[in-house]
Amino acid sequence: MTSTVPRPSPARPALTALRNRALRLAELVTTPLLPDDYLDLVNPLRSGAALRGRVEAVHRETRDAATLVIRPGADWRPHVPGQWIRIGVDVDGVRQWRAYSLTSYLTRADGCISITVKAIPGGKVSNHLVHRTEPGTIVQLDQAAGEFVLPTPAPAKALFVTAGSGITPVMGILRNHPELTDVVLVHSAPTAEDVVFGAELRAMAATGRIRLVEQHTETAGLLDPAAICALVPDHAERATWACGPVGLLEALEEHWAAAGLTDRLFTERFRPAIVVAGEGGTVSFARSGTTLEADGATPILDAAEEAGVLMPSGCRMGICFGCVLPLREGAVRDLRNGEVTTAAPGDGVLIQTCVSAAAGACDIDH
Amino acid sequence: MTVLQKKPDNPIAHLTAEDIELIGKELDEIRQEVIDTRGEADAAYIRKVIDVHRKVELGSRAVLLASGFPPAWILGTVGLSVAKILENMEIGHNILHGQWDWMRDPKIHSTTWEWDMASPADQWKHSHNELHHTYTNVIGKDNDLGYGIMRVDEDQKWQPFHLGQPLWSFINACFFEYGIAAYDLELGAVIAKKQTGDPEFRARAKAVLRKIGRQVRKDYVIHPLLSGPNFVSTLTANVVANIVRNLWSNSVILCGHFPEGVETFEKKSIDGETRGEWYLRQMLGSANISGSKAMHVMTGNLSHQIEHHLFPDLPSNRYAEIAPKVRDLFDRYGLNYHSAPLPKQVASAWHKIFRLSLPNGWLEQTTVRNLPSQLGKLYTMATGSPKVRRRLQAEMAAA
Repeated sequence: MTSTVPRPSPARPALTALRNRALRLAELVTTPLLPDDYLDLVNPLRSGAALRGRVEAVHRETRDAATLVIRPGADWRPHVPGQWIRIGVDVDGVRQWRAYSLTSYLTRADGCISITVKAIPGGKVSNHLVHRTEPGTIVQLDQAAGEFVLPTPAPAKALFVTAGSGITPVMGILRNHPELTDVVLVHSAPTAEDVVFGAELRAMAATGRIRLVEQHTETAGLLDPAAICALVPDHAERATWACGPVGLLEALEEHWAAAGLTDRLFTERFRPAIVVAGEGGTVSFARSGTTLEADGATPILDAAEEAGVLMPSGCRMGICFGCVLPLREGAVRDLRNGEVTTAAPGDGVLIQTCVSAAAGACDIDH
Repeated sequence: MTVLQKKPDNPIAHLTAEDIELIGKELDEIRQEVIDTRGEADAAYIRKVIDVHRKVELGSRAVLLASGFPPAWILGTVGLSVAKILENMEIGHNILHGQWDWMRDPKIHSTTWEWDMASPADQWKHSHNELHHTYTNVIGKDNDLGYGIMRVDEDQKWQPFHLGQPLWSFINACFFEYGIAAYDLELGAVIAKKQTGDPEFRARAKAVLRKIGRQVRKDYVIHPLLSGPNFVSTLTANVVANIVRNLWSNSVILCGHFPEGVETFEKKSIDGETRGEWYLRQMLGSANISGSKAMHVMTGNLSHQIEHHLFPDLPSNRYAEIAPKVRDLFDRYGLNYHSAPLPKQVASAWHKIFRLSLPNGWLEQTTVRNLPSQLGKLYTMATGSPKVRRRLQAEMAAA
């Protein structure tokens, strides 16, 4: 497993410097706006812009999964198969960020990338992406990240264990590593129709490129590590990558550890923990290094001030927005209407601390 | 106007404490309805306005490169004025209120936005969002009542310099953005208290000067220079556009709280104020401008000043839709929903500025016959000691 993924250095540094100088000059006329604000009107995907992408096509994979083909902005840096991207999409007018695995061929002639999304019941973003996204939509992107990638050189024998949408990073790997020839893929899905990339995987299996074990859980039930080991007798000789629900990954980790194979197993979790809104919680302020216990009825602003944190504040009644701080992770409840706002790592959701109470552990960037 | 608490016919005397809390509850419900339905269409609205502003501004500035040609000057100046008004009113003011923060778009957010205005966004947010919107129309607390240079309420003490306030007000209107910057800096008070050496003040003053420097350089140096031989005509176009924007925004703001009939409040009346009472103060302390959809957009929907003061953080494009519900609430509780067309509200505000440039009671007691003696009295008040002023004012009030 590579610990750091090599990044190509920005192309033509002299040109970039020249462009930056020109933009600084242009800012004299555009202030208080930036030249970027005007250039965005013309080409939001240009070099130098915040990284964005345009959805070029949406292909249905199964009844609840779709592949989005995205033309990334000019500053996109090629990814390593198996990596994911964070994508920011406006759902009901509100920007939401999620992470999805890249499934595209690196060799695509048009330079587009693709992600494959499975709609989760009740999932705000996944349903929007699968069912309601039109070609032409502009989305926000981050550069690819993640370490669920093959080492160099690739292992001679590999085992992939996936469930549901866990197939997506593995598909990214299989499509881009034709040199992997001794591959076993054990994949779980409710039915044969629910297997994302079902046709392509079965075609690979038919040519002998991979050995495919499909487990249709609606009829055959869930697979446990022991059953997987039985299905793949030479698993100990294989480097194993697993991606799926947390329960499956933990069971595999335990089983592999017991067999002394910990360093042969690589797992991928998109969201290590699901934020559950409760009443009150531990509030930590990363920069000032303060941690405090807040109940579910006290505004975070009050609780923090009581604990001696120097907080920005204003009207203290939710109208002036002088107290807004980024919630890096956690859940808060708006004391005016009970609405809960959650933030996953990296979201940096801005909250009004004067009318928000902790609804679980909160990590605030202040 | 006299503070509501001292009025012989207090307009809220008929309301019980329970009524006031019920009003608050109804308003909370109206607010919640908007929040529950806030979404894609609203986001599309603000993005559209921003898009239109940028295109109009860019287009107008491009046309002005040929400003030596009179029709180009006219077209460009009109366009630039409209762009600057849109940018300050419907876009800047409302974004800085946090009306669009719910979109979580870092490019359209109250903590990141900067506007085409002498006062830096963070200083304006403090004096406007925190002070004015919290202490709306409370004498001695809300400095927006006359901005420290005008007397706009009977209960504000008359000083000799108020005699010139129609003139000060007009000058302030022409250079409104600089007036606001000085006001946000609390320049008058800082100078009076000799605190100009205070490092915190100096840092803020420096930020203002930096901002003004950038603004002036853009409008009065770079853009004219880019126009080459049309330097002077592009310069005048920028001057005119800024003055038009200043006069317009000043008029809209005068209409919000200064027309005759808008209530003011005593300082001690807000001790322990409940949410319902705060709402009630906003209801009675603001005035609307009636008019077309274009009028609402060009005023940044401050034509719905009452709705804005009740819900300063709701998206401005929704005020029109909740206005009938708010008005119905006023009617049911026997309160005066203050709304009139722009010329009427502007005239009313200016009438007040002229009227209150004179001591309380002076105008009413002056006839053609006693004019000489009244003028003498005014002269004594203007030149005499504060004690003399107080005595004569008391006499006039008693008469």
